[in-house]
Amino acid sequence: MIGAVILVTLLACITALFRIGLARLRPDASDLENRINAELPQTQCGLCGYPGCRPYAQAVAMGKADINRCPPGGDRGIEKLANILKVSFKPLDTTRGISKAPTIAVINEAHCIGCTLCIQACPVDAILGAAKQMHTVLRRDCTGCELCIPPCPVDCIDMLPATIGVH
Amino acid sequence: MIKKLFAFHGGIHPPAHKTESTVRPIVHAPLPTQLIVPMKQHAGDAAIPIVNVGDVVLKGQLIGKPTSKLSAAIHAPTSGVVTSIEHHLVPSADGHRDLCITIDVDGNDQALAFAPFLYQQKNREAILDHLQAMGVVGLGGAVFPSAAKLLADHGKPIHTLIINGSECEPYISCDSMLMRERPDDVVRGVALLQHLCGAHDVMIAIEDNKPEAIAAMDAAAKKHGGGFQIVTLPTVYPSGGAKQLIKLLTDIEVPGGQHAPEYGVQCFNSGTAYSVFRAIDLGEPVITRIITVTGNVRTPQNYEACLGMSFRELLNLAGEESNTDGHIVGGPLMGYRIDSADMPLVKAANCIIATSKKLFPSAPPALPCIRCGQCVEACPADLLPHDMYWHAKAKNLERAIDYSVRDCIECGACNYVCPSRIPLSQYFKQAKVELAEQDHAKAFANTSLQRFERREERLARLQNEKENFHAADSSLEENAPEHSETDLKTAAVQAALARARARRASQGDASS
Repeated sequence: MIGAVILVTLLACITALFRIGLARLRPDASDLENRINAELPQTQCGLCGYPGCRPYAQAVAMGKADINRCPPGGDRGIEKLANILKVSFKPLDTTRGISKAPTIAVINEAHCIGCTLCIQACPVDAILGAAKQMHTVLRRDCTGCELCIPPCPVDCIDMLPATIGVH
Repeated sequence: MIKKLFAFHGGIHPPAHKTESTVRPIVHAPLPTQLIVPMKQHAGDAAIPIVNVGDVVLKGQLIGKPTSKLSAAIHAPTSGVVTSIEHHLVPSADGHRDLCITIDVDGNDQALAFAPFLYQQKNREAILDHLQAMGVVGLGGAVFPSAAKLLADHGKPIHTLIINGSECEPYISCDSMLMRERPDDVVRGVALLQHLCGAHDVMIAIEDNKPEAIAAMDAAAKKHGGGFQIVTLPTVYPSGGAKQLIKLLTDIEVPGGQHAPEYGVQCFNSGTAYSVFRAIDLGEPVITRIITVTGNVRTPQNYEACLGMSFRELLNLAGEESNTDGHIVGGPLMGYRIDSADMPLVKAANCIIATSKKLFPSAPPALPCIRCGQCVEACPADLLPHDMYWHAKAKNLERAIDYSVRDCIECGACNYVCPSRIPLSQYFKQAKVELAEQDHAKAFANTSLQRFERREERLARLQNEKENFHAADSSLEENAPEHSETDLKTAAVQAALARARARRASQGDASS
């Protein structure tokens, strides 16, 4: 009798352990999202139509968005997403924008009026300045997302080729 | 005693072309009228200029300050006036521009007072700081800041110090001439490096096609009495590759992605040892270097020249022939062609070769790979160049990594033996550049993500604080009794009336 009780208890324990183990092995829904997000360029430009890289990754992971909507990622980025999702490569959706060489924003300091609108628009805090003080872009941290361009009331921000590389 | 050697895989035997430049002694190049000194002559972070246009600088004066541990100081090679701080073309495979300080030379060569650095009284960190401040970098080709190399802690004591005097690439002879003419100074530098890395065994490796250098260094080492072992290497290209040399001398194979110090071995070039001697015993920064000027010139020889001197002037000194059709910086196997010789001499430049149709006939067009496997036999890094080639050419970098393209030392032995004359190493070099760019983009994406997330966090926190504040504010208002504007006014009037009544009452008291 006691033997049977112990046996059943043991079996129950083993089954429980198996279930916990299996739950760990099963890929998390957010795991796929994280893997996709890790391959996105994190410019946070919103060209894909989503308000940032992670929302786009989420949409792709849930099958709501196509893999070819990220212009800064370019063909290589699409290839990476295709590999993760085990689907075939498709060319960039050019209605979203075109893939171009990396650029950074540069503020024409003579024209800046210090309105702070660009500072509020920058998704990576790469613009420095205060109200009625001249603003400047931290070259090292600018992702070239161009989100600072439309809010500028005096049109004093230019996109220039990024010279930061691997020399 | 003859040391037992352990051959590395592969290697080639190209014609050496060294005797052209070794028949003449090292000559001090005359001072040019202008020097263009780049702020980045080393691996790592560029130095930043600390002088202004119009400043008078003296020989040996610091003009570029190192910006991190992985950086090196830059000094004025002679006295003169700073005339510009601008971007100029610098010697590089991709022909890019870098920030340079231009000095108009006054010809007086007025120097700062150099004083020997009393290293015996200093701790290791202080000596390494001094080496960085003197701009000492590895002169074997990678120009890695020597202080950073010695500072890196790999969690293992260094037991063997290897001095690389192999100089295996054709045409180049600056190290061998240095060891021939100034062996005592090089040996002194070796002793200082031994003091710094604490190695027990010291080996100075020289290829057997440089008997004069071997004899000179042997005599100097005996005189010094430090127990340094002079090892004669068989002449095989690339025995001067760090990993190949370590295998040859110690039988240790340093795996890809790892470094020699993790196995207790440090490796320095003989020219670097000489720089260390000058920086410590003489207190003199790195402001000159010895460069082989050879190829299509009348008198190929080695010059000791100021950094920043134009290659053009050096070539003119050596008598460049009129039918020269190009220039190579470095050797013919690992060097790169430059579009114009109007570029400044930098710490990394050990050789400049003037080319002509006769000396360097243009390469015939590449034919398809026939998978003969000769490149596999020649590869000193034990890779499979013929397989790596397909993936590198197809830009399939993931597959190229599977074939260890990152371990390619770009020695060019595969190109040399290829019967189809495919410039294999160029594909690998390109793949490595693209990989480095990808790594850089990845790292940048990571920082951007971090900055984005921190910003989101901050905005959420501020929004939260604002809401809490308003909530607290409105709850106060609810509890407090209502004070309308008219209420306040009536209260003020009432108070004034009360005050007047009180005054009248007190006046009445006084009069009665």
